[in-house]
Order: sequence, then C-alpha cells, then structure tokens
Amino acid sequence: MASIELRNIKKSFGAVNVIKGVDLEVKKGEFMVFVGPSGCGKSTLLRLISGLEDITSGEMLFDGKVVNSLTPSKRGIAMVFQSYALYPHMTVYENMAFGLKLDKGHSKDEIRRRVERAADMLQIRQYLDRLPKQLSGGQRQRVAIGRAITRDPKVFLFDEPLSNLDAALRVATRIEIAKLHEEMNDVTMIYVTHDQVEAMTLADRICVLRDGLVEQVGTPMELYERPDSIFVAGFIGSPKMNFLTKDKAAAHNCATLGIRGEHLTVSPDGIWEGTVIHTENLGADSYVYLDMGEEEPVVVRLDGASSYQSGSTVRVSPQAENIHRFDEAGKPIR
Amino acid sequence: MGATFDLWKTTKTVLFYALVVVIVVVSVFPFYYAILTSLKSGTDLFRVTYWPTSFSLDNFRQVFTQGEFPRNLLNSVFVASVTVILALFLAITASFALSRVRFRGRSLLLMTILAVSMFPQIAVLAGLFEVIRFLGIYNTPWALIFAYTIFTLPFTVWVLTTFMRDLPIEIEEAAIVDGATPWVIITKVFMPLMWPALVTTGLLAFIAAWNEFLFALTFTVSNQTRTVPVAIALLSGGSQYEIPWGIIMAASVIVTVPLVALVLIFQRKIVSGLTAGGVKG
Repeated sequence: MASIELRNIKKSFGAVNVIKGVDLEVKKGEFMVFVGPSGCGKSTLLRLISGLEDITSGEMLFDGKVVNSLTPSKRGIAMVFQSYALYPHMTVYENMAFGLKLDKGHSKDEIRRRVERAADMLQIRQYLDRLPKQLSGGQRQRVAIGRAITRDPKVFLFDEPLSNLDAALRVATRIEIAKLHEEMNDVTMIYVTHDQVEAMTLADRICVLRDGLVEQVGTPMELYERPDSIFVAGFIGSPKMNFLTKDKAAAHNCATLGIRGEHLTVSPDGIWEGTVIHTENLGADSYVYLDMGEEEPVVVRLDGASSYQSGSTVRVSPQAENIHRFDEAGKPIR
Repeated sequence: MGATFDLWKTTKTVLFYALVVVIVVVSVFPFYYAILTSLKSGTDLFRVTYWPTSFSLDNFRQVFTQGEFPRNLLNSVFVASVTVILALFLAITASFALSRVRFRGRSLLLMTILAVSMFPQIAVLAGLFEVIRFLGIYNTPWALIFAYTIFTLPFTVWVLTTFMRDLPIEIEEAAIVDGATPWVIITKVFMPLMWPALVTTGLLAFIAAWNEFLFALTFTVSNQTRTVPVAIALLSGGSQYEIPWGIIMAASVIVTVPLVALVLIFQRKIVSGLTAGGVKG
C-alpha cells in the first residue's frame, strides 16, 4: 500500500561505510528483491528501510512522507527474519497476536479474527496452541510470516527467510511466498536473498547491490538479457555466464565476451575448441566443463544427459544473437 | 582376567560411595546435630549423643514465647524479600541497558559495578553507617535493605547481563517491529525467558540477606528491629553465666527451614539457571 523512495541513502558503522549513497524507488504493491554477494549491504539496506538501523544521511520516503525518524511500527512495516525470531515462551496464537495487542484499539474478537485469517492463509490453524519449539523449521517460518500478515502491514520485509530451510522446503515456501504476493497484491514487499533463483522466481523487479551501491535495477528478464555490467551478467543466471578474453573476445571487438552456457551449441564445425574437464548430469539437463585456456572453465549447458569423456576435445559455437560484449571497464557494448 | 576386572570395578564402586558418604556426613552433620540438640532438654544437652535419646519441643515453645523472636523472624522475611525484589528490579533494568544499549563507557561501567563487590563489608561499614544516619533510616529495616541491595546488585547485574546478552537479538528486533517499547520488551519478552536466571540470582540474594550478620548487628539496636541471625547470637539465658544452647539450636533450625523449603521448591529452576547461557536455545 506504500511506495518507498530512497534518496542518496548512506549508512556507516563508525569509519566503515556500508551503504554509499543508494537511490531507489519501490512502487506500490511491487515485489522487489535485493540480491548481491555477502557483504554488499543488502541486509543493512533492508534494516534501514525497516527502521531498525538509523540512516546516517539521505532521505527515506514512504508515500512521499519522510520517515527517517519513525520507529518500525509507526512506518507500518512487518518483517520476517532469517532465524524466525519467534517468542519462545508464547504459543503460535500469542506470537501472532502480540503486535495487535500492543497496538491499542483492537477488540479481542477482532484480534482472533485476524490471527485466524492469517493462520488459514498459511495453513497453520491447527498449530495455534503449540509453542514454537514443537514446530518444524518450515512451520516456524510460516508462523513468522503469519505474525507479519496479522499486523496488516503496508510494507512487508523479508530478510533471507528461506536460508535456514532444507532444499525441498525452500522450494515449497518460495511458492507459498509467491502465492502470498498474489493474494496481497496491494502490499509492497522487499525481499533480501543471496540466492539468485529466489530472486528470479519471486521478483517483479530485482535490485543488484555491490559494495553498498546499486549495480542495476530491473525485471528478472531485463537483468538476464541485458545486464548493465559484467558483475550483473556474472551474478544473475545459473550456471554463471562464461567470460572469454584475449583473441576470442577480440574477434568480436570487445575486451570480454560473455556467453551463457545454454547459448553454446556443440557441433563438429564449432568455432571454439576446448578439452572436457568434467561432466555433470542433472537429469533434465547436463553441464559440460571445458578448458579453453581461460581462468575459469567454460560451462556448456545441454538438454538431457551427455556422455563426454574427460580429456576429449569438443568444438562449440556461440549463438550470435546471445553474445554479450563488454569493454575494459566492464560496461556493455550494444 | 574377568574376575580381577570385576574386583577392580567393585572396589571403584565402593570407594565412590564411601566418598559420597563422607561428603554427605561432613556437610549434613552440623545441621543434624543442631536438630538433635534442639530436641533435648535440661542437662541432657551436655551429654554427647549421636542418636535421638529424648524428644521434647520445649525449646521450640520457649523460642516463640520468650523475647521478640517471632518479630525478628518477620523482620528477616521482610528485609530479605524486599531486598530480592528491589535488587532484581534494578538489576534487570540495568542489565537491559548494559547488554543491549550501545553507549560510551559501557564496559567501564560494568567493571566499576564489579569493583564494588570487591570491598570487604568491614571496609565500608563506617562509611555506610554515616550514609544511613544521614538518610535517617538507622535502626529501621530499610537500613538493612539499603545495605544488602548495594552488596547484592553487582552479582545480580553481572549474571543477568551475561544471560541477557545471550538472548537472540532478532527476538528483540521482532518485538520492536511489533511496536514494543523497551519496557514491554523487558517485561513481556525478556523476563519470561529469564525465569531460571531470575530465580537463581533471586534465591542467592535471599540467602545472603537472610544470613547476613555484621550489617544487621551494626545498623539496628533495638530488639524489635533485629533480624534473626543477630537475635540468635544475642539470645541470653537466666543468668550471664548461662548460655541457652537448646533455645539457640531450636532457633537455628527454625531459621534454616525456609531456606531449605525455597531451594526445594525452585531446585529444578536453579539447575537449569546455572547451566543456561552455556547451551544455545
């Protein structure tokens, strides 16, 4: 329900500058994902938006109003923490009702109705009388999400909510969060993760952060197809984009040539030659790692299983329309 | 081979239980002898026996009928309870600040608090006496509450600060996001999580206040304001040459019972309190 605007936001802890001037606009009802390597300041930026950290300089606006000095609850945010952060001595019901009870002016019936509605959305109604320690990790995280929903926030913040869950549960909860966003489409959501699959699947728009600065903001497909720098190109997409230098790049008039594994085709008359180092079969597709004299092996993604002998020679060609060219500064040449 | 092994194992078991018996006897014997003596009467007192020979409640009756002993007992309960409540309240608010609020000189302050507990009682006795006279609380229970709180706080603050530091910061942040003020965080979120630590430190503070002698002797003069340790020491018999051992022992037994009862009630909490903080969760 709120649009968020960050104007030249900076944050330093003592002499260390963590956020070095971020300008960003998050639209009403948008699902924005902050991604970046660890230490890039994405969690700090989320905490600045939540109000748990003070902003060193710059302005933070919610719906056009400056909220720099407002407490988290006055800003109308709700937050889901990586470690769930449930109150261990309260039942699930009390956990979810705590915020409403503190915020005077809600009748008991209303609190019960809102808690039960949130519990139904997340299918945790049968656990309302249990304590957090009697729940599994996935259930706890759903309670934490439920606690946030109950308060009917204008802005929903997620701080790596899935990192403590195992792989299967992570996928299931990810789908649940996506569904939640569809149901609560007027609530602005900001989600921090280092997992680019989560970023790609959940986001309306992704904000890639690096060293306390915004590297690029755009829809997942924009970032995938038209990265604004080598950094974004290498960060978004799995497996990582291959980067080729020296004469292979020079042949295309650039300092670095980027090509994704899925855009390489194996054929006897391929223009590049490489030695197979290793093959990974994932079932639906397979990754073949080639030594082409670059720093890192080149990954070719092929449909189905593949059986290349390590040490054998393979010829590949890039699909011309999917070549990314970068100059010495790492900027794209278009 | 098997036989020697068994013999060694039996010896070890026997030695172990022998040691346990020695420890139990050494620690329980004084109290046992006090109970034994309190049940004797007349010249029986001066005959050394290790098993009950006579059973008479005369001494207990006399403790409660002669002198101000019941009043002293109430004084002790009042002083020790108020000290515990006051010390826990001050300590829990102080430890919240010391463990969770970042401010300049925090560790210096923590060290100063610890330094307070290094002074022996006798070193501060004269100064404390002046303060108490100045405050006009001399010869009232408040003088003792004041002195005991000062001496209990360093320990209480340190234990609770360490304990609170171990509580996950996310829980506090979740409460802030939920709109909780620091006071609500302390009372609704932290205190329920800190019960074991509160019970342990509270009980230790209670025992210290209950048994204290030097301050109690110095800061009170009348029989009506004395606490039990002083009262017992000043119990006198029919003449100045007679020490009423039977009554003294009866009073000592009565005074010990509340402590034993408290420890038994809270013993499960104490055990978890002493180990909590070391283990995550």
